[in-house]
Amino acid sequence: MRLIWLLPLIPAAGAAVNGLAGVRWFGRAAAGAVACLAMLSAFAVALTASIALIRLPPEARAYDVTLGPWLPPIPLATAHGIGSFAAEWAFRLDPLATVMILVVTGIGLLIHVYATAYMMDEPRGGYARFFCYLNLFCAFMLLLVLASNFLVMFIGWEGVGLCSYLLIGYWYEKGSAATAGRKAFITNRIGDWGFLLGVFGVFHVFGTVDFHAVAQAVSSLPVEQSHFGELSIICLLLFIGATGKSAQIPLFVWLPDAMEGPTPVSALIHAATMVTAGVYMVGRNAVLFQHAPLVLAIIAIVGTLTALMAATIGLVQNDIKRVLAYSTVSQLGYMFLAAGVGAFAASTFHLLTHAFFKALLFLGSGAVIHAMAGEQDMQRMGGLRRFLPVTFVTMMIGALAIAGIPPLAGFFSKDEILLQAFSKNRALWALGSVTALMTAFYMFRLVALTFYGVYRGPSWPRHVPPAVGGPATLSIATAHGVRHPVDPDAHGLAHVPQHDLSHGPAHPVPIGPAAHAHEWHGPHEAPSAMTWPLMALAVGAIVCGFISIPPALGGTNALERFLEPSFGGTPAAATVEHARQPRADAEPATADQASNGREWALMLLAVTLAGAGVAAAWRLYVTRPEIPVRLAARWPGLHSLLWHKYFVDEFYGATLVRSTFASARGLWTFDARVVDGAVNGSGWMTRTVSWFSGIFDRVVVDGLVNFVGWSADEGSLVVRRGQTGLLQNYLLLIVLGVCVFLTVYLFAR
Amino acid sequence: MHFTPITPYHYLLLSAALFSVGVIGVMVRRNIIILFMSIELMFNAVNINLVAFAALYRHEVGQAFAVFVIAVAAAEAAVGLGIILAFYRNKETLNIDEMNLMKG
Repeated sequence: MRLIWLLPLIPAAGAAVNGLAGVRWFGRAAAGAVACLAMLSAFAVALTASIALIRLPPEARAYDVTLGPWLPPIPLATAHGIGSFAAEWAFRLDPLATVMILVVTGIGLLIHVYATAYMMDEPRGGYARFFCYLNLFCAFMLLLVLASNFLVMFIGWEGVGLCSYLLIGYWYEKGSAATAGRKAFITNRIGDWGFLLGVFGVFHVFGTVDFHAVAQAVSSLPVEQSHFGELSIICLLLFIGATGKSAQIPLFVWLPDAMEGPTPVSALIHAATMVTAGVYMVGRNAVLFQHAPLVLAIIAIVGTLTALMAATIGLVQNDIKRVLAYSTVSQLGYMFLAAGVGAFAASTFHLLTHAFFKALLFLGSGAVIHAMAGEQDMQRMGGLRRFLPVTFVTMMIGALAIAGIPPLAGFFSKDEILLQAFSKNRALWALGSVTALMTAFYMFRLVALTFYGVYRGPSWPRHVPPAVGGPATLSIATAHGVRHPVDPDAHGLAHVPQHDLSHGPAHPVPIGPAAHAHEWHGPHEAPSAMTWPLMALAVGAIVCGFISIPPALGGTNALERFLEPSFGGTPAAATVEHARQPRADAEPATADQASNGREWALMLLAVTLAGAGVAAAWRLYVTRPEIPVRLAARWPGLHSLLWHKYFVDEFYGATLVRSTFASARGLWTFDARVVDGAVNGSGWMTRTVSWFSGIFDRVVVDGLVNFVGWSADEGSLVVRRGQTGLLQNYLLLIVLGVCVFLTVYLFAR
Repeated sequence: MHFTPITPYHYLLLSAALFSVGVIGVMVRRNIIILFMSIELMFNAVNINLVAFAALYRHEVGQAFAVFVIAVAAAEAAVGLGIILAFYRNKETLNIDEMNLMKG
């Protein structure tokens, strides 16, 4: 446990190795091994630390590690006089952080393993670069969840934003990917602005940025029951940060576009890292948020609306990853709904289960895309369960889990959230239940379109032995020599041997720029490096719900009790417990039974709704596939509204983006006219002045100098006649002089 | 046959004659080498004077001075010949009338 500070450093070291040396010298195997090894050791450290923490008695389950000072104390004004603004490299392991590090390292490890096979088609340097970013992403996420004060968290917070930008724009030569990366980064920056202002507010009010100190300070303050005071403002600003990271209204637009990144990136962003940061941050400051019930109400409403809106969009989308992306937005809405009604533990529980099944679904969709050679449109899939048995079974488990079918993980966590919502606000509960119905529907729409029905994708060369393709498929795949579909992302060289095994020898690989992409032989199961993580995640999606079985089903809510210290024994959780927990000792048995009965009823309703969603999807997309087309034709307005995602992107484009561009253009004009004009004007002035100065120099100064020279020249006209320069002249003069002198000396005396 | 003994007057006469030959040579000849040799003549005229008076007064300083003059003359010859060589390389002539760079 003393080594938790190593957790962010291990993946960071992996990233450094891959980023500095790997992109030049490593082969694919070495780069992948470095990255996976880093994640594996991080997971081992996380597991050790978690076990050590769980062994402690519940009230002592917190461990602080301070590496050293970061910012020296700076005196700054706060609301209560002069405070000292200081920050340390401080990490804190408590139950909430434990759950998070296990999710980040565990699921992160599986995604890394999966990506080693999925990215096989990338050039060597790009492969190492990809793993460098992946490791860096996990490092920043671990820094974020282990941080013990706002500033260290902010580093991780910004770091995951940066890494999301790098990874979404990984195929930076593709314009849409580069744009999506920018969009994610800029949208996140807007959220970060709120987060940073919130941190300033925290320091202003409490004089410290340490989570624990803030929680202690805030518990002595009164709850801002009906007025919107400083705590509410802080919480609202922090929540704006959370909406940016966790893709809530109004900042959710970046997440669906993040699908431009490679599929493992989507899985990493959506399941283990990044989007959970906002939920985690709200949970981390549970005590603070508890003191701002108005903001909690806003959070609950925003979460519910996001869940509902994203689910409705997900109903009609055709891109397999896009459906999953909106599903993520929707599930995150659930988590915020839970947080908003004060059920932070339920929120974290859903975060955990969601991490499992969403990673599973994304990796499964990656396997499907891989099998279809880059095709993402579900209209062009269908009947794939014959080709991809492992993917089909695991994705089915994931879909059942997210739909909330017992006893899979999603059932427990979603049910917990709906129960808590029911006890707080019936309207939120009703909307949440409708969303649950839609969740089941769109997930099974996805499964039905992808795995059931007839194959609608492109055909492939037919010398394939019929052992793999079913008769129905072969009858469709008639055309010969269909080229490999354009495959910018997913298709691994690594599978050539597998093809050779299952379909006989592959075609001679064409020479030229497309030589790396071998010919496509129809949908095929992914290699084992991809199926093993799928299976592991499927097991997780089945069992991880059991760690927190509600008391109505004879469990003890183990996870919630484990997490309680992190949320500071929140009052809301206490009331819920009061309403239904048998272990609240003084409870009369009748009330207990009544609440149990209510819970049973709610569960039954939730399962019925999920079943109804599944059944509806089955009827609409397997047995009567013409109905959806008719429905879309009947309500074209509604369909187009959902298809265009409520025109939010268009609205932002028309208002915010356009006004930004307009103001930028205005500034550019100012720059070009006024600033450049001033610069050019001063340049022109300098030139003019120096022209006059040059004239003065030439005429007056040079004139004076030349005059001196000229006068000396002219003045010496007579004298210089004597200077003949001839030696003998001079000698003659000397001799004459001597003679004259001697004459005078000898005779004139 | 009667021989007049050699007196200092003889030496002085010889010396004056030699010196005059040197001066005239420097003044009237155009070749720099000849000029140079004439200068040497003047040195030697002076040396004869020095040695003569040294013999007359039985004092060795005159002798020593003459030796110094010969040494200095050798050095002067080295420098002078160097200058002449450089001049010749530039002008391809040894005519002293061409040497009028210091003309005002």
